[in-house]
Amino acid sequence: MVTTTDKQVSPPQPAGDGPPPEEPRSSFTTQLLRIGVSLVVPILAILGLYYAGTVLLDEDANRVLVVVMALIIGVVGVFGLYVGMDWLINKLPERHRDRVRPFAFVGPAIVILGIFLLYPTINTILLSFQDSNGQEWVGLDNYVTVFTSSDNLVALRNSLAWVVIVPLFSVVIGLAFAALADRLGRRAEAVSKTFIFMPMAISFVGASIVWRFIYNFRPEGFGEQIGILNGFLTGIGQSPIAWLLQEPWNNFYLMVILIWLQTGFAMVILSAAIKSVPGEIIEAARIDGAGEWQVFRRVTIPSISSTLVVVATTVIITVWKVFDIVFVMTGGRFGTHVVAEQMVSEFFTNRNSGIGATLAVVLLLAVVPLMIANVKRFQEQELTR
Amino acid sequence: MTASVETRQYVAKQPSILARIFDRWLIKLAILAIVIIWVIPTLGVLISSFRPGGLVNATGWWTVFTNLGNNEWTFENYDAVLNSEGFGNAFLNSLSVTIPATVIPITIAAFAAYAFAWMEFPGRQWIFVTIVALLVVPLQMSLIPLLKLYVTFDLNQTFPAVWLAHTGFGLPLAIYLLRNYIGSLPSSMMESARIDGATHFEIFTKLVVPLSVPVLASFAIFQFLWVWNDLLVALVFLGGEPKVRVITLALRDLNGSRGEQWHLLTAGAFITMALPIAVFLGLQRYFVRGLTAGSVKG
Repeated sequence: MVTTTDKQVSPPQPAGDGPPPEEPRSSFTTQLLRIGVSLVVPILAILGLYYAGTVLLDEDANRVLVVVMALIIGVVGVFGLYVGMDWLINKLPERHRDRVRPFAFVGPAIVILGIFLLYPTINTILLSFQDSNGQEWVGLDNYVTVFTSSDNLVALRNSLAWVVIVPLFSVVIGLAFAALADRLGRRAEAVSKTFIFMPMAISFVGASIVWRFIYNFRPEGFGEQIGILNGFLTGIGQSPIAWLLQEPWNNFYLMVILIWLQTGFAMVILSAAIKSVPGEIIEAARIDGAGEWQVFRRVTIPSISSTLVVVATTVIITVWKVFDIVFVMTGGRFGTHVVAEQMVSEFFTNRNSGIGATLAVVLLLAVVPLMIANVKRFQEQELTR
Repeated sequence: MTASVETRQYVAKQPSILARIFDRWLIKLAILAIVIIWVIPTLGVLISSFRPGGLVNATGWWTVFTNLGNNEWTFENYDAVLNSEGFGNAFLNSLSVTIPATVIPITIAAFAAYAFAWMEFPGRQWIFVTIVALLVVPLQMSLIPLLKLYVTFDLNQTFPAVWLAHTGFGLPLAIYLLRNYIGSLPSSMMESARIDGATHFEIFTKLVVPLSVPVLASFAIFQFLWVWNDLLVALVFLGGEPKVRVITLALRDLNGSRGEQWHLLTAGAFITMALPIAVFLGLQRYFVRGLTAGSVKG
């Protein structure tokens, strides 16, 4: 098993290099060193990146060179900082080394999470109780506005519709496809699944362009229809439809894009779950005279129910934060605002950080139950480890 | 005796051969129908991007099938988009953003994950619980304060600003995934390495990292696609200046300025899609694993 252990390490290691079984009271110096060591990498990294950034932005810089530099900084730079820090720690007096070392490993991550997630989250919550410039406290005014102004109410209504419809269609189509493809030959199954799955790799912006082409509309008398839907309609003698202007149905036409993107995800995960249902159970049900549909409903679905919940939750979170599709397709016009897109336009277009922050908090509040569920599940796992 | 009875019952309850063949064809037809529906959008874009502009905007792309042998094909659209519309530069900018924004979080997360799994330090448990809670925080929560911070430190609209932002947003998932994997490596192996005198740093680089390649690859692909396809973070922290503009933003701008010039739009869309689709097709297996594990991410 262990092949690397025959390697001889030249300097003899100090005794007690292993994790101390019980943490003795740390001295003041140790604490200082721990904090220092946690901060060294992020600060050096940010300084280095800052310098690199100014070089990379030089107009005349060769673009390929820029890419190569970015690669070097990413791969070598950050790793080099850890190497340097480990070297520094080995210079410390022996009694400090092992108490400080974990912080060299974990410190940078904690500092970055603090700066980029924890601090902003608290700050955004505070901003949601302040006015449009973050100057004065306004209590719950922003929340009142968010839940009464017509644009924001439309955004809330639409987001709720997205969150119900997109996961429903993605999961049902994904499940149906996974179950049907399971009965094909191996090769046919793999190929057909790849086609459904491939949109997962496409950006929301790319997908939006792809579907704007599908929904393309030209008023009658302005040339042949080049969007396939209207091409089909005129082909069977109907009038073309301006799909994206049809309130409230245009919301559904936008949802179709996300369904197209997410079904592959649902399908792949559910397919793996279906394959893990023991064959004996299914065989037994068949011998007992159950038809294929009954086997699917009474045996397969109950066996994969926990996966179904996970897939649905994941899709719901993705849908809840959808921004790009609405932003690119309609910019929120024609009654198509959603919360995540409204948040960006309130802050960046209307320059209202209070309302923007409040909408972000609304996004966060909806995922709090999930956060609690994740933590609980994690703690249960730890107990059984 | 009993065996033969059971077999007979079993056979009796099977539908007739004819019905089974019918079922099999029905399944094949259903699969084919869904696949065709799923492929048509991309196919339309792909075909249009190789047709001359005049034709794209005059007749539907599906007419190429009724007009076989009489079609014109061209690379001009790609040439126009890559050069005069700035997609060539934007492609390189996207690479400059995506590669560090993938490698930096992996490096930082791997060290942290090792510490969480195999080192003792005060606060280990509750810090990790906090990271689990951060998994689903929407990145919208960070946008406004982070932008203010960047403006204060004059970092806004630089590549490092986006690298760091993506690092921050990607770290919780990366640490969570890697810690679960690294923590499941056999402890006997770690102990014997330590008995042989290896330091934590040596165990990490020579033992843990090589053994963790599959999970590192999964997260790398996941993060690569996420950063490459991102519009929001690039829009907010990098902006639309041609020298820094990434490819998703270039496509958004093209959509705004040439919204009805479909020969350009389709070529532009296909350029943005090409790399992620190639990565995806090449490394599908790792990607699926990353997705399964990433199901908890916000």
